[in-house]
Amino acid sequence: MAVMTPAGDYRTSYREDMTIFPTRNSRLALWLGLALLCAAPLVLGRYELGLLVNIGIMGIAALGLNILVGFTGQISIGHAAFFGFGAFASAWLHEQFHIPVVLCIPLAGFMTALIGLVFGAPAARLKGLYLAIATLAAQFILEDFFARAQWFTGGVAGRITEPFELFGWRADREESFFYVVLAFVILMFVGAANLMRTRDGRALVAVRDHYLSAEVMGINLAYYRTLSFGIASFYAGVAGALYAHYLLFVSVEAFTILLSIQFLGMVIIGGLGSVMGSLMGAAFMVLLPEAVQMVADALAGGAIDRALRLGNSISFLREMTIGAAIILFLIFEPDGLARRWRLIKAYWKLYPYSH
Amino acid sequence: MEATTPILAAERVSLRFGGVRALTDVSFEVRKGEVFSIIGPNGAGKTSMVNCISGRYRPTEGRIRFDGQDITRLPTRKRAAIGIGRTFQNLALFGHMTVLDNIMVGRHHLLKHGFWTGMPFWLFGAQREEIAHRREVEEIIDFLEIQHVRKAVAGTLSYGLRKRVELARAVALRPKLILLDEPMAGMNLEEKEDMARFILDLNEEWGMTVLMIEHDMGVVMDISHRVMVLDFGRKIAEGRPEEVLADPHVRRAYLGEADEVVSEPEEAMEPVES
Repeated sequence: MAVMTPAGDYRTSYREDMTIFPTRNSRLALWLGLALLCAAPLVLGRYELGLLVNIGIMGIAALGLNILVGFTGQISIGHAAFFGFGAFASAWLHEQFHIPVVLCIPLAGFMTALIGLVFGAPAARLKGLYLAIATLAAQFILEDFFARAQWFTGGVAGRITEPFELFGWRADREESFFYVVLAFVILMFVGAANLMRTRDGRALVAVRDHYLSAEVMGINLAYYRTLSFGIASFYAGVAGALYAHYLLFVSVEAFTILLSIQFLGMVIIGGLGSVMGSLMGAAFMVLLPEAVQMVADALAGGAIDRALRLGNSISFLREMTIGAAIILFLIFEPDGLARRWRLIKAYWKLYPYSH
Repeated sequence: MEATTPILAAERVSLRFGGVRALTDVSFEVRKGEVFSIIGPNGAGKTSMVNCISGRYRPTEGRIRFDGQDITRLPTRKRAAIGIGRTFQNLALFGHMTVLDNIMVGRHHLLKHGFWTGMPFWLFGAQREEIAHRREVEEIIDFLEIQHVRKAVAGTLSYGLRKRVELARAVALRPKLILLDEPMAGMNLEEKEDMARFILDLNEEWGMTVLMIEHDMGVVMDISHRVMVLDFGRKIAEGRPEEVLADPHVRRAYLGEADEVVSEPEEAMEPVES
């Protein structure tokens, strides 16, 4: 679909033509949205803020996976392990070297990126199912490492982490940590959007779309296939570190293959190869169980509740709706929420003359 | 055209896949500044030859020299930087990217900013670099007359336009030698005329040496300076178009079996509307 710009919106320089948010209205919406988000802690309760924090953290991790799966066309079912590595790394860095948490988070990202490069090395040669199995190995190796490396992770008991602190400002509650996550979300998403409009980002997509002609264009396939693992792991590591300093406690059980699959679900539901889609997918996955809960609560005591015993089965109903959502998206909207969002925008741009 | 320095030289190139001999002992030179065409029946080894030059295949025997440098064993990805660009017989665009991005990929080896400086777009000059290269890419877009589709996703374009975008992407490499594998296959007369004009302009105004595989004899005879004929992986003739056309081997192997092919040059010359 061609990009539509409103009549009268002319670009007179290439700089103007390269912006992430192309129209005046989209920029307006952006600033308005940011202002609303900044005001959110004043209005919303802790529970709702907690959901937003979760969406932000999961969104960063999902964005990393999207760079790998959506943009570079590879596969990873070990993303949760990298997420977990980032969490432990940040906690370990802070406790061992007393590095301030604000630096621990990006450093944990870099450490995870290194681990990701090691486990991503097979990607230079493997594709498809074989690569999937190699990343599965990464998942299990790292999980085992978490359980055994007492010095690093605190073993099965887990590790207590310190809250985020910057110049004496402690972000140990939802109201304050929300701003930390918001800042990281903006940084990481703008970074990804920039990556995709510069040389290396285009090279990643070129490798996905047609690796033979990418090579003729001078693109080093092995380098970019491995690099995308590094970048994906960096995002997972930063998200994991944020997660660790949000919960103030990290333990092995959180980073199982189930979470890896959920990350994949976010990427598919949000839209493969879409930066903003990653955030939408994360929001969908975080909010879906809440919606199920709300429906169940609304029906409580009614005839349906009595017939199906919703109250007892709510926990497995949540899992089921996630599975059903992934399947339904694959069938009806394989390009995810990002495409649906574009269609809605296009509809309103042309309204009422949609043909 | 009296340019004589060879920019590309194939020396006794042979290519075998197991027992299949795709190329046998093929030697030829492409001179700087000429339009050189390879013709031959299907399966004659034309694309195999181009693949050897672009690095997709490695010759079993023989050597290929480009600009004085032995490139027989040079990895494919390094050939863009030394000045070899190519298009493919079957479309090989990046289908989900916009036309603009497709062509910008062609600038890959000329761009300096990787992900370190690309992610903070505004801080370390990545933006400046993008703008500078965008300007060059726009020149190519203007030249190939694809302004109206520059923001369109490549996979949604018509066949003729995609061929043109692919040419634009190869031109964006700023190659010294551009390899065109059937640039006009499947095009209608008007599109063919446009493409022939683009190739001539690339050659004459942009100073690119062109090596082309093409089945349309009319175009080949009209725009090539020299022609090489392959048959069953062997070179059976080389020379100026009219010499090659008169060669009895060529007539037997390629043209003789269908007389109407020979008469195509005149047809192609006719104006579209009278």
